[in-house]
Formats: sequence, structure tokens, C-alpha cells
Amino acid sequence: MNLMVAAVALVAGIFVWWLAVRRLTTKSWEAQGTYDGRDTAQMAGPAAARIGLWVFLAVATSFFALFITAYLMRMNPEVVKGIDLRDWRPVAEPSILWANTVMLILGSACMQMASSSLRHKRFDLARAGMLAGGVFAIAFLAGQWLAWRQLLAAGYYATGNPANAFFYVLTGLHGLHLLGGLFVWARSAGKMAQGRAVSGATQLSVELCTVYWHYLLLVWLVLFGLLLIT
Amino acid sequence: MSYVAIADQHAHLHDPQTFLTKYVWSQDHKVIAIQYMATAMAIGLVAIGLSMMMRLQLGFPDTFHFINPSNYHQFVTMHGMIMVVYLLTALFLGGFGNYLIPLMCGSRDMVFPYLNMVSYWVYLLAVLVLVASFFVPGGPTGAGWTLYPPQAILAGTPGADWGITLMLVSLAIFIVGFTMGGLNYVVTVLQARCRGMTLMRMPLSVWGIFMATVLALLAFPALLVSAIMMILDNHLGTSFFMPAIMSLGDTTGHKGGSPLLFQHLFWFFGHPEVYIVALPAFGIVSDLISVNARRHIFGYRMMVWAIVAIGVLSFVVWAHHMYVSGMNPYFGFFFATTTLIIAIPTALKVYNWVLTLWRGDVHLTVPMLFAIGFVFTFINGGLTGLFLGNVTVDVPLSDTYFVIAHFHMVMGVSPVLVVCGAIYHWYPKMTGRMTNETLGKLHFWLTFFGTYAIFLPMHYLGILGLPRRYFAMGDTYFLPDSVQSMNAAISIAALFVAASQLIFLFNLAWSLKHGKPAGGNPWRATTLEWQTPETPPRHGNWGPELPVVYRWAYEYGAPGYQDDFVPQNQPPDGRAPTTHG
Repeated sequence: MNLMVAAVALVAGIFVWWLAVRRLTTKSWEAQGTYDGRDTAQMAGPAAARIGLWVFLAVATSFFALFITAYLMRMNPEVVKGIDLRDWRPVAEPSILWANTVMLILGSACMQMASSSLRHKRFDLARAGMLAGGVFAIAFLAGQWLAWRQLLAAGYYATGNPANAFFYVLTGLHGLHLLGGLFVWARSAGKMAQGRAVSGATQLSVELCTVYWHYLLLVWLVLFGLLLIT
Repeated sequence: MSYVAIADQHAHLHDPQTFLTKYVWSQDHKVIAIQYMATAMAIGLVAIGLSMMMRLQLGFPDTFHFINPSNYHQFVTMHGMIMVVYLLTALFLGGFGNYLIPLMCGSRDMVFPYLNMVSYWVYLLAVLVLVASFFVPGGPTGAGWTLYPPQAILAGTPGADWGITLMLVSLAIFIVGFTMGGLNYVVTVLQARCRGMTLMRMPLSVWGIFMATVLALLAFPALLVSAIMMILDNHLGTSFFMPAIMSLGDTTGHKGGSPLLFQHLFWFFGHPEVYIVALPAFGIVSDLISVNARRHIFGYRMMVWAIVAIGVLSFVVWAHHMYVSGMNPYFGFFFATTTLIIAIPTALKVYNWVLTLWRGDVHLTVPMLFAIGFVFTFINGGLTGLFLGNVTVDVPLSDTYFVIAHFHMVMGVSPVLVVCGAIYHWYPKMTGRMTNETLGKLHFWLTFFGTYAIFLPMHYLGILGLPRRYFAMGDTYFLPDSVQSMNAAISIAALFVAASQLIFLFNLAWSLKHGKPAGGNPWRATTLEWQTPETPPRHGNWGPELPVVYRWAYEYGAPGYQDDFVPQNQPPDGRAPTTHG
């Protein structure tokens, strides 16, 4: 539970800090008859889609943090009246997961290259980066699938032990999130493939895909680390 | 892409041409809002019907032979889940959130209109999956709305075959749909406010809905996580929540799972859910009271801070629902303390409502009656919350009618009173016509006194020890005969209250054609939704130019003006309200 509280406290803390920055102490009944220059600051503010993505990432963080909390709570049940209820037998992680991790890191790096190339109007490089980013993500998913197959072949069934079940659930949900990302990626990549220049909307979409790729890499590193040490 | 480009995208708004794009597959936030409201109210009527069946059984046991113990538990479960999630959450956030946020913030629409439309259709799908569970073998789940494992998925609980699966799938779909809508509400408030609409000039309705959406976005994942794991326990045979257990003489194959883990996850969602329902109600009631008392809301900043504080605190009180589930006594102490702390910002809000009424020019319109009714009922329900928040008092009262009385007062009747008041208040903007006032007042008094006749006596039944969730009490030595008479009286009151909701529905339908024309601003209110060029507002809300805001939302009775109210978009020097091109 502690982790759950910590995660939410962090999000809440950021939220309250943000509100405070937005001058929650303004006495709005005194400042009448004006609209001050503050909205000009908003005019240069980030695009709605960008804020939308960050809000979504907060939701996804809550989701994964709760799963990790459940993982830790299930792993270490309270000792009731001296009876040890621990039944956790760790999974022997297949070594292909290391290769998958490398794929995801490369994917993230390529996406980063794509969006920074776009900012410098180097469209061909951007196209290559975008394509590679998606291909590495697909390779990661294929690798995860192979990892599942290997575990099943070695007899690690979901019903056998909670550690196995959590392995499948966590990797599966992470994969689903990546699959959703690939859907958006395919749309933006399709738009980039048409014509030489890239519109501002597509550029934004590439940048947001990049943020999402980094986020899912981060989630994977946390999950993988958790799986390795437990 | 700048702020103006989002808020003022009139050039890009393609007015819908066909009937289908205008009323069915609409991306207009106002149409989506009404779709949400209509769907939520329709499924809410089902939930009222279910509660009537429960009351028939409790008031007159051994009379209605079509109600058996299994049915009864299915009614209890579905009534609870529908009311909390599919009616109140959807109505406040999907309905009022959609309608009010763009209008009150001075935007043309939500920032992601397509996503907004999809959100409604996904919600409808969730409702249909839920309703489908009434028609599958074994019927809907009867696990209680908390769906505690292991009993929720064991044979012997009604609906263990199909019902529980459909319930969990429906909840998962609901959460996906809500996330789409919720992203819209949050980002619209943050990014698409018109010029001059600073955060501290927003009406409290928007603040309440905004904060409730933030809570929902962070809390619903807990329900999703538990739904996923319970589906896997049920269908793949994993043991996340399921301990080793015998069912109907056989072992189930599960072992080692933690039912308590489910309870933690469920209430980590479940308690913020109370405030997901309450915060929009708080916000809306503040506006109703201020408009009808012709007085600025007392302590606006405090009200905003209290909304934020309640939102944050609501995440650290969940285990007060689990005092009898077995926990470390220090945990109980911690959660009792946080529970009592959350009473402080809540009480602050109540004082501010009362102080707004104090020496106000109170107009007892129908929305105002409902608002004042809410304050009464909320105080009642809130005070019993102080009883139940303390471990030592909660333990004997747990699972009795006292708990039923408490949460129905505080998060059943109170928000529903606000829903009714809000519908009476904004109906003129939605339709261009007023509702019938006499019928509205009749509806209020029947509902207000009726719900007290139902829930006030339940406190006493609870103190006597009458347990909840029982199909029939039979002969129980500690219950006097008068308990049964009281139960019969409660059931009769409940039937009256349910019937009086028909007056409400009739009023809404009748006024659509025959109501008095409302004009643009019948309540003489300051907020932006009453300043639209047309009523009901057209697609795009504001005509060619967006409004510009010059002041906060509560400028009533200010000296030096002709009227006793000054609209938010009224320039200081008395020019005509400005718009921005």
C-alpha cells in the first residue's frame, strides 16, 4: 500500500504545486474589469494534445503503480498467527528479455532522432528514424511473445504460481499499451510517407509518439527491474 | 498550436448537416451531454425499480413469491453498482461536465470532440453489457456492489457463471470510455478557457467537476486492475485474490490468493468515488445557492482550496471501509485520523453555503429548494460519517442499517437532490423553456420528506442491530416486532418517493413543448453559459466571436450597476459585452 500512497502523493503533489503556480491565491473579486496579460502566456502554451498525453500518462502511471503495489502485496502476505502464507516462486526470466530491452531502447532512440530531425527540417532522416522506431517496437513485441512461449515451454503456467501469473499480466498489459502506441505511430508514419514536407500536426504527432515511447521504455525498465530482483 | 487556435476554431467547426451527425453521431458537447444524461437516467430508472423490489421484500416478507433470496442479492448488487457508477458518475461528469465545462469556460467545444463522442458510445456499450447480464443464464451477479472475492466468483453466489464476468467487463469498458471523456474535461479546463477566464474566476461548478475528473482518472485504474485480476482468477484459474478454498465439496484449485488485496484495491477506487460524486455536487450547489440568494458565494477561495484539499485527502482514507476486515490497529488509527481530517474542509464548505444564505435575498425557486435540501441532507449524512469514521464506533455498527442510512444520506440522496436541482436550473438553457414550477415544488417536497421517511428511521434500525443484506429476518431475538412495522412504513415511503419521480419525468417531457419560453438568462445569472447569443446555444456556442471575461463569477448586488448582477463578460465601463475575434 505504501507504494500506492507514494505514487498518488507524488501525482497529487505535482498537481497542487501546479495549481499554486497558477496563483490560487488570487483574490478574483478584487481584480475586476480587467483581463490582464496572463492569457498571453497561455497563448504560447503547449498544444492541447500534448497536455492530453501527459494527463493520459498520469492515468497510466496510476494503473501500473497499482499493479506493482498488488504485485508486492501478493508477494509478501502478512504472517497471520504464525502461519507463513508465502507461496511465491520466482520466475527464471528468459534471457531474451535482455535483447527485448535493447530493442525498446533502440526504438526510443530512433523516435528521438525522428522528432529532433523534424525540428531541423531534415525530413529523410526523420522518416528513417520514425520507421526504425516502429520496427524496433514491433521487434520488442515479437520478442516478448517468444519469451512467453519459452516460459510456457518450460512449464511456467499462469495457474502454477502468482509470480508466473504476474509476469504474464504485467508484460501483457505493457505490450497492449505499446500496441496502442503503434496504432497512432502507423497513422503518423502513413502521413509522413506522403509527400516531402511534413505538416505541423504530423510533427506534433511524432513528438507525442516519442514521449510515449520514452514513457513505455521507462515503465518497462521499472517492470523488468522488479521482475529481476524478485 | 496556440491557445486561441484551440478555443477559437470556429472556421474549422463544420456544422453538422444530417440528422445522424446532428443528433446521433454528434461531436457537439451539448448533444453528447444530453445523450449521457438520458442514458444515465434510463439506467437509473432500472436501479430505482430494483430498489423497489428490495423494499417490497423487506417491508412485506413472504408476500411476493417472485422474489427469492438469490434475486434479492442480485437486486442489491445491481442497484448499488448502477447508482454509483452508471448513474451518478456518468451523469455528473459525462452529463453536466460535458454540458457546462465548455459553456462556463467560454470555449466552443471540448478540445477533442471526436474522442468525446467515442466516450459516450463506449459508455453506452458498458451500459448495454451490464443490462445484458439480466438476460444470461444465472442472471446478474449477486455478489454485493463491492464484489468481494472469494464469494463473488464461487458457485452458489447468484450470477457466478456469467453475471460476474459481464459486470467486470462492463466496468472495464466504462473505465476506458470514462478515460476518454475525462481527458477531455481536464484538458478543456486547462487549455481552452476564453480570454480573461483565469482559474480563480471559474465558477465553482467547473472547479468541482474538474477536481472530480482528476480523482476519477487516478482512482478508476484501481478498479480496472482489480477487475482484470478477478477475471483472470475466474477464467484462467490464477490465484491473485482466491485463497485455497472448498466450493460445493470440491477444491477449486486456487491457493494462496489474498482477498484482502482486492479490498484494498477496490476501496482505493471506492472511496475517491464518493468524492467523484460529491465534488461536482458541491460545486453545482454553490452556484445554485449564490444565484438564488443573489449574493456572492461566501469565501470563494476557501471553497476552491477545500475542493482541492478534499480531492487530495480522499486518497488516504480508503481503509475506513475495512475496519472489520482485519488490519493492524495502528492502520485503523491512521485511517480514522485522516477520515476525521477530511471533515474539516467539508465542514468549511457547509459553513460557507450557510453564510451565503445568511442575509441573502433568498429566492425559493425550485433549484434553490433542492440546493437547500441538499445542505440539510448532507449535514445529516456527514454527521453520521463522523460516527462511522471512528473504529470503535464503527465495529458494532458495521454491516447494519446505520451504514445504509449514512451512505444513502450522504452520497445517495444528497447528490440526487443536486442532480434534480441542476436539471431544473439548466433545463431552460438546454431547451429554451422553463419547467413547470408547481410540479417542480411538488416533486421537491415529496422527494425531500419522502427520503427522510425512508432513511432517518434506518439509523434507529441500525442501532438496534438490524443487519444489512439479509433477505428476511424471520424471528430474531434481539429485534422487537416494531422493527417489521418500521420496515413496512419505510417501504411505503419508498414507493411514494419512486412514484414522485414520475412527476419529474412528466415535467421534463411536458415542458419541452408547453413550458414558458425561458429567454437567454431566466435566473439573471452571471456565468457565461447564460450569455450565449442563442438559447439553446448553437453548435460552436458563441457565434462568430468568443466572449471575454472581466470578473469573477459571483458579482451579485454590486453597487453602481443597473441590475443586481453583472455578467462575467460585461466590460467595466458599461459597454456592451465584448467578444473577441
